[in-house]
Amino acid sequence: MVFDKIKEIIAEQTGKDEDEVTMDTNIKDDLDIDSLDLFQIINDLEDEFGVDFGENTEFETVGDVVKFVEENQ
Amino acid sequence: MVTSRIRAAGYYVPEHVVTNEDLTKLVDTSDEWIRTRTGIRERRIAMNEGTTDLAAKAAARILEQAGIDAGEIDLLLVATITGDYAMPSTACMVQERIGAVNATAFDLTAACSGFIFALCTADKFLRSGGYRRALVIGAEMLSKSVDWLDRSTCVLFGDGAGGVLLERNEDGTDGILAELLGSDGSKGMALTSGLFPAANVFNRKTGCRPTSILMDGREIFKFATKQIPANIEELLAKTGTEKTQIAHVILHQANERIIQAVAGKLQMPEEKFFCNIAQYGNTSSASIPIALAQMLEQGLIKPGETVVLSGFGGGLTWGSVLILM
Repeated sequence: MVFDKIKEIIAEQTGKDEDEVTMDTNIKDDLDIDSLDLFQIINDLEDEFGVDFGENTEFETVGDVVKFVEENQ
Repeated sequence: MVTSRIRAAGYYVPEHVVTNEDLTKLVDTSDEWIRTRTGIRERRIAMNEGTTDLAAKAAARILEQAGIDAGEIDLLLVATITGDYAMPSTACMVQERIGAVNATAFDLTAACSGFIFALCTADKFLRSGGYRRALVIGAEMLSKSVDWLDRSTCVLFGDGAGGVLLERNEDGTDGILAELLGSDGSKGMALTSGLFPAANVFNRKTGCRPTSILMDGREIFKFATKQIPANIEELLAKTGTEKTQIAHVILHQANERIIQAVAGKLQMPEEKFFCNIAQYGNTSSASIPIALAQMLEQGLIKPGETVVLSGFGGGLTWGSVLILM
């Protein structure tokens, strides 16, 4: 499932517990990451799902990322 | 086997220090922002020197280290994208400055990969048999090309020069063992500087200034953190080298976060990745030889150790070299 894998990648990159990452998690406010952390998460997602994010790097919630991956897979 | 071997290394950086705090007076940024995203605390900026001066001062130190006369150098390569003149080359001007009268001298352009490309070029000249000693220098003054009002790039760069004396090594088992270089012009516009457009009296476009450094941060971060680990993995696989055999990896000092990400991807300890970006920022083609010279100076690299040098940058270009010291 896309969400499970995304949760795993985010947890690995941020050092957060996987259970803390939900569809409603706000990327900016809840994950406490900067743009380079986000770039790394996106890199890993691109490798994992074979999706090209291009210039799409502005996501509000984890759910938005899940939606983007599902729509572009 | 004939190889080429690094006999000496040296570097020179300008005296003037520009701190992150100093930059807050120019653009809307902060020491905390710059440090956490790049690892940079300060950089050196040349005030009354040119790229040739930095390169010539580094060259003099290399010769002193090696204990040879400039007349014994057959080949003099300078990797730079910020030469004082387009013509004559920085290499020819350094030749004149240090008195390397017997050297063939020319510049080579591969941006931040420039030193790696120049080192591999010199290696071919030396192994061909026609040349015995090469001075290979990376010299850069990105302070000339930076838009000092663009906060996304002006905090990143610094000036400096470094290089090595590379020597033909008959029947050698040490020295440069292997290399793996690459380029991808399709992504060239992700990192540009110095656009030199058609400008003449007939099209009435005289007086254009070359463009400043422009960078697509996400694209370059992605390129560096994906391409470099893959490049190093391939180089090691090609030569049957285990990661545990590598004592040190000297990456181009573009961003501490890139260095950490590459170490993580390679699953190698970060301690093996020398980092001096806090003091000098990104000095483009000079960063790898400055780091190498500092490590040798501090006794951090010992004879018999295996080292990987790896550069990446505009072009896009990248490349890694495996060296038995």
